[in-house]
Amino acid sequence: MTATVPGLVEVARSDPALRTFLRGLGGIEPVGLADRARRLAGRSVTGDAEARALDLAIGLVDLTTLEGDDTPGAVRDLCARARRPDPTDPTCPAVAAVCVYPALVATAAAELAGSGVRVASVATAFPSGQAPLEVRLAEVAAAVADGADEIDMVINRGAFLSGRYRQVYEEIVAVRQACGGARLKVILEAAELATYDNVRRAAWLAMLAGADFLKTSTGKVRPGATFPVTLVLLEAVREAAATLGREVGVKAAGGIRSARDALRYLVLVDAVLGADWLHPDRFRLGASALLTDLVARRTRVAGGRADEPERS
Amino acid sequence: MFVGGRFTAARSGRTYRVGGATVPLAAGEDVDDAVAAARAAFAGWSGAAAYHRGRTLYRVAEALEARVAVFSAVGVGADELCLAVDRWVWYAGWADKVAQAYGRTHPVAGGDLTVSAPAPVGVVGAAAPADAGLLGLVGVVAPAVVVGNTVVVLAAEADPLPALALAEVLATSDVPGGVVNILTGRLEPTATLLGSHTGVDALDLTGVDGPLAARLEHLAAARAAVVRRAPGPVDWRADPGTTAMTDLLRTRTVWHPRGT
Amino acid sequence: MAGLAYPPDRASPRIADLRSSYGLFIDGDVVEPASGRSLACVNPATGQTLAEVAEADQRDVDAAVAAARRAQDRVWGRMPGRERARYVYRIAGIVEERARELAVLEALDTGTPVRRTREVDVPEAAATFFSYAGWADKLAYAGLGPDPRPAGVAGLILPWYRPLLSLARQVAPALACGTTVVVKPAGTAPLAALRFAEICRQVDLPPGVVNVVCGGEATGAAVAGHPGVDAVSVTGPAEVGRRVAAAVAGTRTRLSLEPGGPVPLLLFDDAPLGEAVEAVVDATVQPPFGVAPHLLVQESVHDEVLAALTRRMTGLRVGDPLDANTDLGPVSTAARLRHVRDLVTGAEADGARRWSPPSDLPDRGYWFPPTVLAGVAPAHRVCHVPVPGPVLPVLTFRTPDEAVAMAGGGGYGPAAGVWSGDGSRALAVADRLRAGTVWANTSHRSDPAAPAGGYTGYGPGQRHGWEAYLAV
Repeated sequence: MTATVPGLVEVARSDPALRTFLRGLGGIEPVGLADRARRLAGRSVTGDAEARALDLAIGLVDLTTLEGDDTPGAVRDLCARARRPDPTDPTCPAVAAVCVYPALVATAAAELAGSGVRVASVATAFPSGQAPLEVRLAEVAAAVADGADEIDMVINRGAFLSGRYRQVYEEIVAVRQACGGARLKVILEAAELATYDNVRRAAWLAMLAGADFLKTSTGKVRPGATFPVTLVLLEAVREAAATLGREVGVKAAGGIRSARDALRYLVLVDAVLGADWLHPDRFRLGASALLTDLVARRTRVAGGRADEPERS
Repeated sequence: MFVGGRFTAARSGRTYRVGGATVPLAAGEDVDDAVAAARAAFAGWSGAAAYHRGRTLYRVAEALEARVAVFSAVGVGADELCLAVDRWVWYAGWADKVAQAYGRTHPVAGGDLTVSAPAPVGVVGAAAPADAGLLGLVGVVAPAVVVGNTVVVLAAEADPLPALALAEVLATSDVPGGVVNILTGRLEPTATLLGSHTGVDALDLTGVDGPLAARLEHLAAARAAVVRRAPGPVDWRADPGTTAMTDLLRTRTVWHPRGT
Repeated sequence: MAGLAYPPDRASPRIADLRSSYGLFIDGDVVEPASGRSLACVNPATGQTLAEVAEADQRDVDAAVAAARRAQDRVWGRMPGRERARYVYRIAGIVEERARELAVLEALDTGTPVRRTREVDVPEAAATFFSYAGWADKLAYAGLGPDPRPAGVAGLILPWYRPLLSLARQVAPALACGTTVVVKPAGTAPLAALRFAEICRQVDLPPGVVNVVCGGEATGAAVAGHPGVDAVSVTGPAEVGRRVAAAVAGTRTRLSLEPGGPVPLLLFDDAPLGEAVEAVVDATVQPPFGVAPHLLVQESVHDEVLAALTRRMTGLRVGDPLDANTDLGPVSTAARLRHVRDLVTGAEADGARRWSPPSDLPDRGYWFPPTVLAGVAPAHRVCHVPVPGPVLPVLTFRTPDEAVAMAGGGGYGPAAGVWSGDGSRALAVADRLRAGTVWANTSHRSDPAAPAGGYTGYGPGQRHGWEAYLAV
């Protein structure tokens, strides 16, 4: 992949060109990929290094609530937790962001004003994406107007799986425009894309269209984030940094519940992209219950009560 | 009864008395539940590595061996238990060998790599042979599951307790729920329900004879299910050979070209 | 924000429960060697002695063979397969129970990283015993004839690489067949076999069924050439195989060879790059037969592959084999280290370009960094001499025909790898490689259910796998 920057953007001009480009991306051997991901994520982090890694992980969390019964009160509680994950320990870092439905963005923005914790909103008819484009764009605009710093959109999987790549691309471009100054995370919903090759194609599509972050999953479909899928995304952004000259972030979301798994994701990012990428501008963990486990593990490690290191 | 990894009563709540004990009397809904559990468990069990199945079943044998007292209490003497355990171990060791013994490559014209491998048929309906105790039950259940099938087996009508003791061992083993399901009840009506169930891929008629067997074969024929016929009078202590397994296997042949 | 750190996650050597000295294991007992001599068993990571190990001479080998013969005639050869199975199942169970101990022991003895011995070698050794246990009463179905009888007594010559797994792969089928064994582990890696002897005692294996005689080349020659031995099985470098073949020439002794050797890895332009590079790097740091693989890469993707290789190798951690975070341990002996250094220097003199990532190598022990030799040609010496260290010669080819010709240049071939996104091409190329095992688009794995063995054998009466242990 040694095309120049202008050359690459050209491929999005037509459906056949885009199709040729995406189909021409290298193949993936899925069994080998899973082995690689397991191995790259497998370094053990013990002792003081684990304590620091836990703080790092907490600072990369997008604390999420996306339920039909979310209320302003529930969101305010969430925001309080986001600023102070461990009420008994002020040295515990805040999370990177909270992630909520558009109707609750204003509440979250008010609670988090001045805290440094960002407000992310899902939009574009999350999680299915099955709504007319103008409705999806209006939702984005409304969330941004209410104070969202980041928008987590879903790609049009129906269009993608039926090969209408240009349509998927154009929709992402339109959402990016509607975001204005807000940053755009593009959810690929890897489970519905079914193959790693498709995940890689969708990742490139999103990056060409201007995504600021690639996100693995909505968290509403199983499986959510997996190590192999995340590895595909990390390698795609690594290559894009070289060929598109742009740094796109990665968010692993859905099904990450344990501190142990969270640290493994950090190890994976470190192995593929290096320490620079363990920064909220470039990597996030989307989760809800995970924060509880991270804080609990942090307390155990700090108190010297961790007799067995958390490792695979 | 033992369905989907759990012990249950019959849906109807009905029971019958046998040998001083009261056991559930299976009916249509129970057969449905058992077949559904077996179906749900099939993908995972047949997709597991053969070695893993063998290892799991071997551990069941070790657990059986340790329960001399439990089996003795349900009429299975130490000798019979020993034979049953040996038989179970024998079958467990087949898990990673069936493909080696019965798979092959075919030198077809055109040079394709053409490989045949045995594949499990799916959900097997079976009846424990009457008057053959634990040894007969093992001789029907073990060969079916070691090759990746899941099974719904009717315990012997007159002697169901050994089957329930086996179920206790399975319940606390690594064998996933639904791989072995054990129903208790009357042979004829329950076997007929099993034989006509569309979710059953194969019928093992080893434990069934006479007119009932013929009727079940007709039912199977109507839906193109695989049938393993009763092999005639069986000496359960003798080397069973491999037909108990191979009768419940299909062959899948895959062709792949070779060329640069 | 600072990044992640990976402090050592070190297993304690005490887990291996080493004694200061080990005797021979003959006829169910630990015995002193007739000569009273011993060899130092050295930890390659530190250069320090782990234990003194008895050295067997002709007298000890005679005693071991006699014990194996008695056990075969009176006990093991007559025992029903079902009962033999029981013993081998128990051995499998004990290997699983003592897995941690065996993993640390293997890491200490060979320098293999403990993560590898723990995740691969020990579990596979247990699985090998478990799998062959099941064959003991099913030999009639193994395609070896209706009533296979044991060959009698087998001498087993084990290699210095992956000694525990090699022991399992040779001992398990022998025991399943009803054959008794005299095991001669490599002089520089005897500890797995000695620990296995303890496991045999733990399962009350009848005396004489398994015997372990340690020593160097002379001991191996005594075992291979012994008239009381019906079969000899060798896993090891080609020259060892040749010596043994010469020793059994003209006798009735059956021969089974699993020769080591370089593994050519063919990487085509349509290979799944990430997975292929991972497999190549893995084969370089953990070579399946102790000897460095050769990478044959299609020229059109040479630069891309080299960049990916060097990037992946830069992430490798070289260090203490007992650290779970170590990817690459030391070279196995001082002599092999000297040999590796000479070969690499020679390759550079021949025109190859050498690259290694910056590594902090410990002072003591036998260390060599992971090394890529680019610009290697088939005529270079480094292509024809086995390199027992983490060195990857890289050659280029243009067409599949050329790749096959280059790969076959080594003569005998235990294995090869082919990476191509086109299944048809991968299989066609696999078909033309003179290799016993071809890994197509997969890493170099092994399994008790799959055969292993050299392609071009040599020596009279050579059998494949466990046929050597049967009188067929």
